[in-house]
Amino acid sequence: MNWLTSYVRPRFQALVRSTGKTEVPENLWHQCPSCERMIFHRDLEGNQRVCPHCSHHMRVGPDYRFASLFDEGSWTRIELPKAPVDPLKFRDSKRYTDRLKEAQAKTKTQDALEAAHGRVGDLPAVIAVMNFDFMAGSMGAGLGEAFVTAARLAVLQEAAFIVVTSSGGARMQEGTVSLMQMARTTIAVEEVKEAGLPYIVILTDPTTGGVTASFAMLGDIHIAEPGAVIGFAGARVIEQTIRETLPEGFQKAEYLLEHGMVDMVVHRFELKETLARVLGLLREPLRGAEPAATTEPAADDFSVPTEAMADATDD
Amino acid sequence: MSSLLDFEKPIAELEGKVKELRHLADGSDLDLGEEIARLEGRASKLLSSTYGKLTPWQKAQVARHADRPHFVDYVKALITDYTPLAGDRCFGDDHAILGGLGRFKGRAVVVMGHEKGRETEDRVHHNFGMARPEGYRKAVRLMKLAERFRLPVVTLVDTPGAHPGIRAEERGQAEAIARSIATCLELTVPIVSVIVGEGGSGGAIALATADRVLMLEHSIYSVISPEGCAAILWRSASQAETAAEALKMTAQDLLGLGLIDEIIVEPLGGAHRGRSTTIESVGNAIERHLEAMDGVAPADIRHRRREKYLHMGRELE
Ligand SMILES: [Zn+2]
Repeated sequence: MNWLTSYVRPRFQALVRSTGKTEVPENLWHQCPSCERMIFHRDLEGNQRVCPHCSHHMRVGPDYRFASLFDEGSWTRIELPKAPVDPLKFRDSKRYTDRLKEAQAKTKTQDALEAAHGRVGDLPAVIAVMNFDFMAGSMGAGLGEAFVTAARLAVLQEAAFIVVTSSGGARMQEGTVSLMQMARTTIAVEEVKEAGLPYIVILTDPTTGGVTASFAMLGDIHIAEPGAVIGFAGARVIEQTIRETLPEGFQKAEYLLEHGMVDMVVHRFELKETLARVLGLLREPLRGAEPAATTEPAADDFSVPTEAMADATDD
Repeated sequence: MSSLLDFEKPIAELEGKVKELRHLADGSDLDLGEEIARLEGRASKLLSSTYGKLTPWQKAQVARHADRPHFVDYVKALITDYTPLAGDRCFGDDHAILGGLGRFKGRAVVVMGHEKGRETEDRVHHNFGMARPEGYRKAVRLMKLAERFRLPVVTLVDTPGAHPGIRAEERGQAEAIARSIATCLELTVPIVSVIVGEGGSGGAIALATADRVLMLEHSIYSVISPEGCAAILWRSASQAETAAEALKMTAQDLLGLGLIDEIIVEPLGGAHRGRSTTIESVGNAIERHLEAMDGVAPADIRHRRREKYLHMGRELE
């Protein structure tokens, strides 16, 4: 139960820490942040972490996405490269390196993006998932490098590249270096497209700032989860700047659909089926066309040789 | 039939009488079989004689008939795994042009077309099939998607024309239509287009610059609506009937001019009298034309499409 370790346990620990008490029963219930009703943890788990009362889609992490989007048992996590950290020797109230260490300890991962390769609807796919629990899914050099690596693996495997976004934007602690990741991730997207492979973005709550303004808006197909906040500038910033009340549902997935930014808003229950259907349609060869020069790699070719990984990240 | 065209009234009268007699016969021992058969015969004769010599103006009425099959009806009957795609990634999602991915008779395609809507609310939602720049930009996006993934494109045309409006102009209505035509001509995957109702001017050719352009028997395709043409050239909208003749906007005229490739026969009395038959015929025609292009090299597909259009109007038979 990945969600148990990634969500319930930290919450539980936080609760215990904050109250100083150890009331176990309390921990078995979650309050929906949208309708504020209480949900029994097993009900939440059985409902893919969608509120059974109001359908609010709660945040889920990479493990959850891999397990729910890949064909069962078909996926393997990709080891991502280590990028140099703290280029600016940044510190606010805390050192950036300390914040990073905290986040790494909390999530047991290196940065805010994780990736795996496997099959979706029996077609090869690399899925990269942003982890909002890691410094609000912010994008720095580490994430950029991980993104490039995952995209290049997709090219190498002739696999679709699927990205599940959730991010507060660029990582301020890396200054302009983080800004450059908008360009670097865009190059990775272009490489996938130039290879004729599908690049699909699944936008989840929240996707904002520099991530939206780069790889999250460049998909062949954009799928959003219901109610997800998706935008560039934060709603509060906009409101304070223009001193106007924002329209109903502003920056919600449904609002973006009406404003031409996403192809569809899909309930979490239907996400995997939709993804498999879209990939099946996009990857069907044109009738009577010459067979492609390179054949699809066999299933056992999917383990990536380490040299290939190194090649993919070095140039 | 919810809406009756003027010239269909005598037919409807006869059909009404048949219905009445049937009702009478049902509740009594009267043998009205002979009389019913006689009237039915007259009704069907009248139907075939009326529809056998529809004037261009009458065809315009039939082409705009609210009960004709619409884009959504074709998709429902002909496309499996339909996955609608939305938006121009720029400003909005236009509801006058719909489209997406799907499977047509087993093959993956990109399908798109105008949707006029049927009930009042629905018609407003679809803006009566009049697209704004966002609609054409969505069409361009879907065509480019088709090109990237080597999927054939099927378009169904049914529009009074592009939306005339201030905001549409501000957002580049003309540019959007131009770009759509240009994109049609850039594609190296097959495009089959069917004018299923009204082919209204630039708003129509934006989706109908295709390898094969087919027209339903009673559909129309024109540079301007007969009403619009009459108002401008005859300075009187009441001359629409005359204008309709002059514009040579019927499928039969256009086939004669070499501007379209094939006419798809409608059931007797028009597509609105046999929706499923019409949809089936359209589906079969599209399939036949797609099959004919299977295996044609990508560069040849584009070259032939361009040659076809360059050739148009160069010589008259
Ligand atoms: Zn709720």
